[in-house]
Amino acid sequence: MNVVTPNKAGVRLTKRLLIPLVVFVLLVIFLALGFRLKDAHLLPSALINKPFPEFALADLLRADLTRSRQAFIGRVSLVNVWATWCPNCLIEHPELLRISREEQVPLYGINYNDDADKAVAWLQRHQDPYVFSIVDDAGSLAIDLGVYGAPETFVVDAAGVIRFRHVGPVTPLVWRQQIRPVIELLRRRAESDASNKKNDA
Amino acid sequence: MIPELGHFSLILAAGLSVLLAVLPALGAGRRNPMLMASGAPLAAGVLVFILLSFACLLYAFAQDDFSVRYVAEHSNTALPLYYKIAAAWSAHEGSFLLWTLIMAVWTFAVACFSRSLTLDMQARVLSVLGLLTAGFTFFLLFTSNPFARNLPIFPLDGADLNPLLQDFGLIVHPPLLYMGYVGFAVPFAFAIATLTTGHLDAAWVRWSRPWTTVAWAFLSIGITLGSWWAYYELGWGGWWFWDAVENASFMPWLAGTALIHSLAVSDKRGLFKSWTVLLAIVTFSLSLLGAFLVRSGVLISVHAFAVDPARGIFILIFLGLVVGGSLVLYAFKATATKRASSYSWSSRETLLLVNNLLLSVAVAAILLGTLYPLLYEVVTSGGKISVGPPYFNTVFLPILVLLFLAMVFAPQSRWRETGVKQVLGKLMPVLAVAIFIVAGLTWMLELPLDPVGFVFQSIAVWLLFTLAGDWWLSSSTKKPLSASRLGMLLAHSGIGVAILGVAVTVCFSEGQDLRMLPGDVTSIQGYDFRFDEMTRVAGPNYMADRAQFSVSKNGQLVTHLYPEKRVYHVSRNVMTEADMDPSPLRDLYVALGEPLGGSAWAVRLHVKPFVRWIWFGGLMIAVGGFITVCDRRYRNFAARQPVFYDEETNKQMNTR
Repeated sequence: MNVVTPNKAGVRLTKRLLIPLVVFVLLVIFLALGFRLKDAHLLPSALINKPFPEFALADLLRADLTRSRQAFIGRVSLVNVWATWCPNCLIEHPELLRISREEQVPLYGINYNDDADKAVAWLQRHQDPYVFSIVDDAGSLAIDLGVYGAPETFVVDAAGVIRFRHVGPVTPLVWRQQIRPVIELLRRRAESDASNKKNDA
Repeated sequence: MIPELGHFSLILAAGLSVLLAVLPALGAGRRNPMLMASGAPLAAGVLVFILLSFACLLYAFAQDDFSVRYVAEHSNTALPLYYKIAAAWSAHEGSFLLWTLIMAVWTFAVACFSRSLTLDMQARVLSVLGLLTAGFTFFLLFTSNPFARNLPIFPLDGADLNPLLQDFGLIVHPPLLYMGYVGFAVPFAFAIATLTTGHLDAAWVRWSRPWTTVAWAFLSIGITLGSWWAYYELGWGGWWFWDAVENASFMPWLAGTALIHSLAVSDKRGLFKSWTVLLAIVTFSLSLLGAFLVRSGVLISVHAFAVDPARGIFILIFLGLVVGGSLVLYAFKATATKRASSYSWSSRETLLLVNNLLLSVAVAAILLGTLYPLLYEVVTSGGKISVGPPYFNTVFLPILVLLFLAMVFAPQSRWRETGVKQVLGKLMPVLAVAIFIVAGLTWMLELPLDPVGFVFQSIAVWLLFTLAGDWWLSSSTKKPLSASRLGMLLAHSGIGVAILGVAVTVCFSEGQDLRMLPGDVTSIQGYDFRFDEMTRVAGPNYMADRAQFSVSKNGQLVTHLYPEKRVYHVSRNVMTEADMDPSPLRDLYVALGEPLGGSAWAVRLHVKPFVRWIWFGGLMIAVGGFITVCDRRYRNFAARQPVFYDEETNKQMNTR
């Protein structure tokens, strides 16, 4: 950055004095370019970029069905941890309903540490935004996910990898500022990957 | 209520710092003494409100106010009070508020201790500092508000402070480091103020010197503490990793070192003035660059903060405006300097020029190594590469040898011209003695011979002997050593001590990773480490498996060591707490790895000779810096200067 040496004869040339500026401008351009590449970094937390944990748990509404992480693979999806004992889940419920109606993203539920009968009744009373909910009454999946309270919401990409985690209720603001950008980013990436593959082929 | 008060004070401070940036500068431009004099009270106002804001944040932490999101994410009710307080600067928002507070402290200090400046100069300097403070407060308010609430639903307890940070190091390391980083804003402001006046004269150099040295001394302590902390908390016995963030603190330190020396030449001999201005700009720019690297997430590091793209963009734009603006100013205004006098190749000027060149090359090399992964990623659009210690050691060590040579000769040299034969006649015998002692000790203690280590040990001993001789000769004469000379000798000795510590530790440390059962004994360098037993102990917010080791030498018990494996309740983090027995000549170091089934444990044992010398040297460097500033010549300079540079305006002011 500063390998400019002082001119023994005193610095008279203005051009010479411009060198630091030029070096600095180049540096900033590189920093800006490097920074732009880092959009992946808007995804914090320890579980980020790890595959969604394996599980085999019963469907809440159709107890005869067993669900596994295969269900999340194929497209970007949202996984929401909820329970009837959790007041914040009720707060985020209208937004989840809106997302399930209006947004093109499947929403799955994990009913966490709960009573299945109460949970079914709760969904009937407040409407069901989920494609399906799974019963995690022992909390084993929640432990694998590192959940420390409900509600929590995960964005899982098409390969079944966790890309984002939000702790606390999903409000319209959280959706707009945090979750939607991640989903859009993942979709854009998937598209560019697909077109790259096509080009390679 | 209290957090809102803190937020509101921060807004007020932002407003006042905008006034501070504008009014005194306006006064200087319009030659209005009233406006110019507004700088000092505005600086005081900014300090008061940022202090109030910071106090509110500390209060929120002390009171466990988890409705404040930042508190909820970084504290917990079970945390001891001193860690609750320190947790306030454990992450991005609070640490940047601390950064801004320190900026306000420096600004106020300049306002207080600048009575010797012309009012015009004081106004310009305070305006530059005000501009920087304004940038920092806006950054806080727009992207990193530490007072944001978690309402209406807030957690009953916090997510806890990262256990790595639950340490004495967190309490002292960031404040001291920031004192250094931010302190370089002062010489920067002096340089910019001088450029705007167009008078690149001797006075600003004289003013800048003590400020630069104090900031640099703080940065020295900060880096030393960081290295010490890394050693006992995360390092597995390492003390420097060439990590991007360590480099981010090391580069301003190197540039600041160059600046101190180039200021000395500009002050004493009126040379290198334009270069000195550039260095002052570069040094502070490197501080800002460090802030960008740490806080934008652009580089990956153990130190990096949680990431939000808006922050990176803000800092990058701020960096671009501040540094870009300064360099434009530099390009157009720095031409005013003329060369003053000549010097021969054997003069102190030449040696200090060499010093500056070497330090600049070192900074450039480290900057390249630090940013190279990023450059590579940009050029290959997404490729990954890492630059590690091999690069930095290869590049840095040769520069260090040359720097050492300059350091041995420069204090013995004279301005303008030095009697080369005389100095060589004095120093060469000392070199012979140093080599003889190092070689003798290596042979007597039957140590393995490492050529690079041998060179560094010899040069370090040589340097220490010449400095000691210098000190002894000066103190045996009637005239007492000046504070600045004493400080210089001490700081240079500190470098010698630190490098000797590095050279000995790197060459002669011995360590083993092994599986041990209670009752097992392992011997390293004559020390017998016996694994006595495991016990379980409870801390305030963790449970720990604690091992007892007894270390003995020749059958005599030296010490007991108690390394721990801790599990923190809230975050469920597992932490290794090493234990060590420090002494000047060697550290004994034990860390627990993983339990291996049954009662067996993976254990790491180290004997590290001279490792304490590294940090002791660092402290000597800092103390040397502080002593230098006590020199009398800085106090003699305290008389009030006329308001303006040019006589004409002063006369007008007086007759008015």
